Amino acid sequence: MSTLVLSAYVLVWPAIVAGVLFFLVRGFLKDWRQAREEGRPII
Amino acid sequence: MGSEGQQLSASVVILLLVLFFGGTMFMSVMISKKKENADGYMTAGQKIGFGMSAASMTATWIWASSMYASATSGYAYGISGPIHYGLWGALMILFIYPFGRRIRQVAPKAHTLAEVMYARHGRSSQLMLAGSNVLGSLISLTSNFIAGGALVALLSPFSFTQGIVVMAAGVLLYTLWSGFRASVLTDFAQVLAMLGAVVVIIPVVFFAAGGPSMFETGAHNLTPQQSNFFSSEAFLSQGAPYIAAVLAYAIGNQTIAQRLFAVREDLIKPTFITATIGYGATVIGIGMFGVMALYLGLEPMNGDSNNIIPQMATTYLGPVLLCVFFIMIIGALCSTADSDLAALSSIMMADVYGQNVAGHKKANPRTMLFVGRVTMIIATGAALYFASGQMNILDLLVFVGALWGALVFPVIASFYWNKVTNAAFTVAALAAMVLFIPVRFEMLPENMAINIGVDVLSTIGVGVVLGLMAFGFFGLRTAKWVAGVSIVVSAPFVIGFLHDYHVLSGSLVAYAVSAVVCCLMSFRSNKDFDFALLKERTGNFDSEEKVEKAQETAKSGDDTAPAN
Repeated sequence: MSTLVLSAYVLVWPAIVAGVLFFLVRGFLKDWRQAREEGRPII
Repeated sequence: MGSEGQQLSASVVILLLVLFFGGTMFMSVMISKKKENADGYMTAGQKIGFGMSAASMTATWIWASSMYASATSGYAYGISGPIHYGLWGALMILFIYPFGRRIRQVAPKAHTLAEVMYARHGRSSQLMLAGSNVLGSLISLTSNFIAGGALVALLSPFSFTQGIVVMAAGVLLYTLWSGFRASVLTDFAQVLAMLGAVVVIIPVVFFAAGGPSMFETGAHNLTPQQSNFFSSEAFLSQGAPYIAAVLAYAIGNQTIAQRLFAVREDLIKPTFITATIGYGATVIGIGMFGVMALYLGLEPMNGDSNNIIPQMATTYLGPVLLCVFFIMIIGALCSTADSDLAALSSIMMADVYGQNVAGHKKANPRTMLFVGRVTMIIATGAALYFASGQMNILDLLVFVGALWGALVFPVIASFYWNKVTNAAFTVAALAAMVLFIPVRFEMLPENMAINIGVDVLSTIGVGVVLGLMAFGFFGLRTAKWVAGVSIVVSAPFVIGFLHDYHVLSGSLVAYAVSAVVCCLMSFRSNKDFDFALLKERTGNFDSEEKVEKAQETAKSGDDTAPAN
């Protein structure tokens, strides 16, 4: 494997994790807003 | 510590632990109620939203050992090593999702899988699954405490014993009062810390270690198998046994089932898919530490590959990021440890007390909560005791995972096939366990007939594993084709060969024997189970309805008393 491909192979994972983190935070904020509107605890 | 490694000072470690456990304790107190609901203690109302449920499932599945094992795999097997740990572990979450939908559909108000097995079959099936769940969670809890103790001992002036005591006390304190609700909420914060750390730390270590040039200068450190992305050795030694074992983890581990019962039903699919990707990317990413260590020619301290991650961190991270790394590992182990405590308490509450001691209708919710909390305290004490012995926990967990392999087929079949009986379930699981042990621990005499017999069973096991995976997504007909074709295709490669790989053979034999025995006994049965009964037989222990009924009964008892 070339060094470029190996480098991409190492760095692609934190990039995917960043994407997942974005969706989780967005999902949590949506849950929190909805709970507040409905006047109930988030969990 | 190596000469180029660094440590955190005692005051910094104390500050980090106070911030971490103080923060989680604060979150737990914010949601606590004076009178917790027993069902809420176990499944948090069963309507958790996507953000928290996906975060919680990701955090729970990532434990400290995931990270260490992935790095070890990268170091031992080269560039494909982390894939053979992280990818299969991630896909197992995905493969459980269709079964999870079915389980939730037939028993929407259940708290544990064992509770549903009681409703389906009866006590023996329930207690087999519950017993294996308890064992697995206890081992997982112990493993996480050991990881915490080892991290503290390596990175600070404190000892291993001090480390495990602090981890145990911290996790117990924030989980004890509100149970599963505290576990899920704190999981969100912990996953933010873990994933956030991964996003930063991996690129920093990569460039600090030399960046792309390390792959040129260090290429001579790898064997041909290690430099091969399609390494057969990596697949046979790491990937294949893990595929077989982790499918069983997902069924046998109550922490995943608990989240399945807790999430809002229409959110099961996005939750599982997100957790699959989050787990996979995080664990494979951390596994790259092992690959980089291999290229760099790093020797693990004391020959222990579990030291690879801390060594890479202390060598290439500055003090601030070393603190972030510390929090990442603590977050990983605490998020799983609190899930194990919540799982253990729900099994004792629902399966032992709720269904076996008191009976569903007479179970007292206050007593259930007491049982759950006492369970957490006892489990923490037991795990501390085992952790202080520094046992080789991962070997034990691999063993339990393979034992769970004996239960996978009977459990899944019980949710779809109305002819499966309690006897078929129990006998199949026991027969599989009886045969698994001598194969796994190389207790069989070495002769050709036995080796071929093991290989034939392993071939059938390949069909069972792949068939189950296909069944969940594509149905029975496709599953039968996949099973049949995979048996035929794999036979020439497996027979005469696979018996030398005892870990893999043991798992596959467990799957094969449990499936064959369960099918043979069920085909002959005339049972015709009505799955609608599962919904009736599983339900809330602490509903308003029950409380009202209890109050009415008490009132009518007062009304019949003679007036003064």
